[in-house]
Amino acid sequence: MAQNKKIMELNGVEVWDGNFANAQALRQAGVDVLSAYPITPSTGTVEGYASFHANGYVDGEVVIVESEHAAMSGCVGASAAGARVATATASQGLALMVEVLYQASGMRMPIVLCLVNRALAAPLNVNGDHSDLYLTSQTGWISLDSCNPQEAYDMTLCAFKIGEHKDVRLPVISNQDGFMTSHTAQNVRTLSDEIAGEFVGSYLEVNSMLNFDKPVTHGVQTESDWHMEHKAKQNDAMMKSVSVIEEVFAEFEKVSGRKYNMIEQYKLDDADIVIVCLGTTFETAQIAADNMREKGIKAGVLMPRVFRPTQVEKLAAMLQNAKAVVCMDRSAPGGQLGQLFQDISSAMINTPARALMSNVIYGLGGRDMTVVELEEIYEIAQDEVKAGKLNGTIQRWVGVRGPELKYFNVEGN
Amino acid sequence: MAQHSDVTTKLYKTKDQFEKSIWDMGWDEVLPGACVNSFEGEIDFTVVNVNPEDRNVAETNSMNKYVGDWRVVKPVWNVDLCIDCQNCWLYCPDSSIISRDKEMVGIDYDHCKGCGICVEVCPTNPKSLIMFDENLKNEDALTQWPEKVSKKKGE
Repeated sequence: MAQNKKIMELNGVEVWDGNFANAQALRQAGVDVLSAYPITPSTGTVEGYASFHANGYVDGEVVIVESEHAAMSGCVGASAAGARVATATASQGLALMVEVLYQASGMRMPIVLCLVNRALAAPLNVNGDHSDLYLTSQTGWISLDSCNPQEAYDMTLCAFKIGEHKDVRLPVISNQDGFMTSHTAQNVRTLSDEIAGEFVGSYLEVNSMLNFDKPVTHGVQTESDWHMEHKAKQNDAMMKSVSVIEEVFAEFEKVSGRKYNMIEQYKLDDADIVIVCLGTTFETAQIAADNMREKGIKAGVLMPRVFRPTQVEKLAAMLQNAKAVVCMDRSAPGGQLGQLFQDISSAMINTPARALMSNVIYGLGGRDMTVVELEEIYEIAQDEVKAGKLNGTIQRWVGVRGPELKYFNVEGN
Repeated sequence: MAQHSDVTTKLYKTKDQFEKSIWDMGWDEVLPGACVNSFEGEIDFTVVNVNPEDRNVAETNSMNKYVGDWRVVKPVWNVDLCIDCQNCWLYCPDSSIISRDKEMVGIDYDHCKGCGICVEVCPTNPKSLIMFDENLKNEDALTQWPEKVSKKKGE
């Protein structure tokens, strides 16, 4: 399906929160089947879409199931049948879905998942951090990130076009920060139903089960004889999706005027100290970077717009001139260095650059990351650059009450 | 691959009978996803109207997978006792009872896993399907067939 029969007249600028922006994008994409089990903070996505369905704006089906595992299973079934499919979830819901996330990517089902990033229990917490986003990092899903409702709307629209492309055929996650984006109403510049529908295009069926002229079996068992070939093909599609994502972003710029990059940057060109982060922190860090530049410190910010596939070559190229790179991870690292730190440092390791690489753990369970704290992070990194080495450890936690938390000692680097 | 029944023998093709065998394919040539073709190319028939031996099954179709060695006991069919009631055909969970025009043809030993359901549902006395050790030859099994069990009143 491409477009619903009933058109919704939208203003050029609407005030939407991130969830409603998602719901509108799903409606405009003309989803055939939405199979979901609503969970905070993504409930608004499903609620908004279900209200469109109830009011006759959606020609497709809304299936409310008994769990997130069932929600994603419903998506896989509908997608295998030959439908355009989407769902939304967060945190524990995503965790319950994980088993089926691998099925979806392995079966090459271009499902769109609106993931509203929230902390994973325990302790139970409904607020935003990136532990669920990181949980998807090896599931074989393409993962796009956004900082505000506008970007969430745009990324969810782009997600369909990327995942369904004939050379990709992979599921795509459209991430946004729980509450910070999902429940914060902001101005969103809209596309008309017609333009959005045209951009996403009609659904391309590949080996669909409802094509009775060419029956296929989906979800087969392959042991040691064929598993590796299928995984190789799947991973190769992921690696080659980069050019498709670039094309889709370019095409989106043509219809919307909004330009997205594989990696977003702010004042990076001449930056000595770079903060790497995901989600809403990217916007806060830009203000901090401006303040630092007034104090004479060349500060910059970088955000992987496309979290997966990881942009190893581009990340390395963009950070060659940095003297210090602070990777900020909004997820309890589980005895490891944070995921972003691992991504960035592995991109840098075989290049001539020898920036001081450090890792900040912050914002768990929705704890605020303020401009003042970010300025402090820049200042500490600046001191480390002056000293020519890290101040004792690679990883430290910021914004936590109690004694200082620093891990992974480095000597004389 | 030992005991093909007459009907299933027709189903099997060797590797070189396919335009390109999956064993000659690299990772770049397999279908995307855990997806395989059921038939060679497109089909212009309704599957239920065409007997399995007349379908152009693909190499990746499970028809071409021999799983007979999963079995430790096997059902043996006694044609002299069978009344063609089709119970076994109906209840077999793996379509391994072969029947044509409502007449029993035989057992597909390439796909039968020896579950014994066909024997359970067989209504004749003595049963026309009985489970025997996998290694016993069918002709020997037929010589060991039990006698009719007479049911006494009140039992």
